[in-house]
Amino acid sequence: MTSHDIAFVATGVLALVGGLLAITTRQVVHAALWLIVALLGVAGSVLVLGAELVSLVLVLVYVGAVVVLVLFALMVTRAPIGPDRQHAVGWVRRLAAGGAGAAVTALLLVVLVPLAGDWPGRQVRVAPIDSSAVASDLFGTWVWPFEAVSVLLLVALVAALAVSRVGAPAAYRRKP
Amino acid sequence: MIHALLPIALATGLVGLGVAGVLMRRNAILVLVGVELILSGALVLLVASGSLGGARYSVNSVLPLFVITIAAAETVVALAVIVAAFRARGRIDLDDPAPVPEPVPDPGQHSTNRWIVDTEPGQHSTNRWIVDTEPGQQSGVPTAGERP
Repeated sequence: MTSHDIAFVATGVLALVGGLLAITTRQVVHAALWLIVALLGVAGSVLVLGAELVSLVLVLVYVGAVVVLVLFALMVTRAPIGPDRQHAVGWVRRLAAGGAGAAVTALLLVVLVPLAGDWPGRQVRVAPIDSSAVASDLFGTWVWPFEAVSVLLLVALVAALAVSRVGAPAAYRRKP
Repeated sequence: MIHALLPIALATGLVGLGVAGVLMRRNAILVLVGVELILSGALVLLVASGSLGGARYSVNSVLPLFVITIAAAETVVALAVIVAAFRARGRIDLDDPAPVPEPVPDPGQHSTNRWIVDTEPGQHSTNRWIVDTEPGQQSGVPTAGERP
């Protein structure tokens, strides 16, 4: 049990508790806020694993952009401030969904645990990856996938704008 | 050094929580919260398995960046679709039945005032007339039984 193990367990427990509260809370805004906690836990785990650039991008993109976008969408769709009684689900559905999640977890554990090998098992080597090496790799070997991803982002932006204008009030639409 | 079981346990736990969240929620936006949890579980497994073999290639940091970017693009489009559906239907409950589409009048062949008239009221007859009224003719609703 090294100090890396302890740090990873701490951030992992933070991520799992945040995720559990994000999917079980009855208040929609709290769900988005608990998602921030879960994603910060994931970012901490990735940081402990040594991928510091991925961790920073995770915080910037997920916590900074995606969760804010989710909060904006909740505001646009007039989500209630208190408990969301309009979309309440019964305990049968909660139990069934929890059972399905547990089954997926069990299946993945059965598949993935043999990757760790027999006890004492394999170790993940933790050595910080040099960001300049990542940059030269990103703009050298992976430059065409990088450009394709930027085109994909542009297409997603334009498509989101076009789709969200469907059904808009007539004052916002262009005359045909 | 981190034991390899810990990232695997975290990734599987996050994916299981995400699947449970996707199945549990009726609010369409909160389904995306579950999707984000599944994607972050996959991200943890990707980063961990990249350094599991002992080699520390910097490409282990490049592919997770692509995953994060594509996940962000997917979320943007999904939220736009949800907002458009909210505008069209007024609610984003995923348990709602699909709405019955209203017939769209085609402006090319008929005028916009279009009525479907049963020629024999009281019973569902097969004699139905589609009556086009002129735009200026306001009292153009034919009474039943009157052949236009």
